[in-house]
Amino acid sequence: MYYPTHLLYTKDHEWIKLDGEFAFIGISDFAQKELGDIVFLDIPSLNTVVENEAVFGTVEAVKTVSDLFMPLAGKVIEVNTLLEKSPELVNKDPYGSWIIKVQVNLPIDTTHLLSAEQYTNLVQ
Amino acid sequence: MKETALTRVHRELGAKMAEFAGCNMPIQYEGINAEHETVRRSVGVFDVSHMGEIIIKGPEALSLIQKITTNDAAKLTDGKVQYSCLTNDYGGIVDDLLVYRLDIDTYMLVVNASNIEKDFTWIKLKNTVNAEIENISDKISLLAVQGPMALATLQKLTKVNLLEIPYYNFQINTLAGISNVIISNTGYTGAGGFELYFSSVDAPVLWNHIFDAGKQFGIRPIGLGARDTLRLEMGYCLYGNDIDDTTSPLEAGLGWITKFDKEFTAHQILREQKSGGLSRRLVGFEMLDRSIPRHDYKIYSENGVHIGKVTSGTQSPTLKKAVGLGYIDSDFATENTTVFVSIRNKMCPARICRLPFIRTQIS
Repeated sequence: MYYPTHLLYTKDHEWIKLDGEFAFIGISDFAQKELGDIVFLDIPSLNTVVENEAVFGTVEAVKTVSDLFMPLAGKVIEVNTLLEKSPELVNKDPYGSWIIKVQVNLPIDTTHLLSAEQYTNLVQ
Repeated sequence: MKETALTRVHRELGAKMAEFAGCNMPIQYEGINAEHETVRRSVGVFDVSHMGEIIIKGPEALSLIQKITTNDAAKLTDGKVQYSCLTNDYGGIVDDLLVYRLDIDTYMLVVNASNIEKDFTWIKLKNTVNAEIENISDKISLLAVQGPMALATLQKLTKVNLLEIPYYNFQINTLAGISNVIISNTGYTGAGGFELYFSSVDAPVLWNHIFDAGKQFGIRPIGLGARDTLRLEMGYCLYGNDIDDTTSPLEAGLGWITKFDKEFTAHQILREQKSGGLSRRLVGFEMLDRSIPRHDYKIYSENGVHIGKVTSGTQSPTLKKAVGLGYIDSDFATENTTVFVSIRNKMCPARICRLPFIRTQIS
């Protein structure tokens, strides 16, 4: 499995890509594989401010359902509409398929997030 | 944890393994949707050796089976199979099963893996007629070869003309050089195909022969995950989800295998249930939005009254829609009624629909 080093991770298997005051959030290769075929992403948090570690949505796979947790506090300003029609993109390309775009308050505290190396150790 | 004779093969194939009914089983190989499609379009092989086989033998075998099962086993002749239920003293379902008539005095019951011990104990308890009862589950392997190319695959391996085995019939013959294989035109997918029962020592050899024979059709191994989505598209009940000790065969839509022209455990209770009308029924429904119903989610009427619960649910890989089974108040159990499934505190609309969810050559 593959964990790009330019991303940060959580113990709940989200990845975070920071871009100024914005963060793109998706789920890791490990997470998509554990879930199996993903068929629906339910993101009711669009346009709301969500606390760190709170649930921002749910991912439905054929056999299982799993909550998605905020890796950072912030406002969910966009949901990846490509995934509405093609949720399986998360399986095919987990790092190319961001799920939400979040506006965060600067400066961002990332001390609780994991590096690719730390995350790899967690899931191996 | 128990293993089947093929557990090592599944691991080598990279299957995701998990415990099911005390047995280490393959849940998926390449992915549920891909495996599902393989079975609907071509041919796939399931190792379902965790299932149980119980032999009932002797001159009293039929009378015992008649007494404990809901269907009419007297209708069976040699080489025929019947779907049936074991009922408990209250009219609930101990298990659903297949009854094979091997000969006039010998029957094989094929039972759910999770119920082998329970069924065996129950049948012995009800055996006042002194039939011989033997649990041979540990010696028998079961492969389900399912899909439109299953027949062409297996035909290469046997002299038996498989076209001459009708649905719910079987023959015992040599297949892939292995003698005494029960070749049964049955399955749990609605995709057509055969189920093969044979001695577990032959399992790895037979597995390889089947995959060689099916290579030209793109044969693939299929896990229990796709087994569930395939059976759910057909509206087939899964014991422990849709039926159990507290649900009656009539409520579960299994009236067609509940025969009142004979006596069986709790037949009077069920007869009263039938004449008095059922208060709840197992129905199929499709979701009108994207959310997926799951076991135990609550079902509500349009007025917000709690009218039932979901027993099985999934995204149908064929229909690309979420579908489910559930028990609801009979008043709401008519086709096209709109009901609401509570999913993450949201009322998601669903439409009661006719089963099976999809049309296949079997239905």
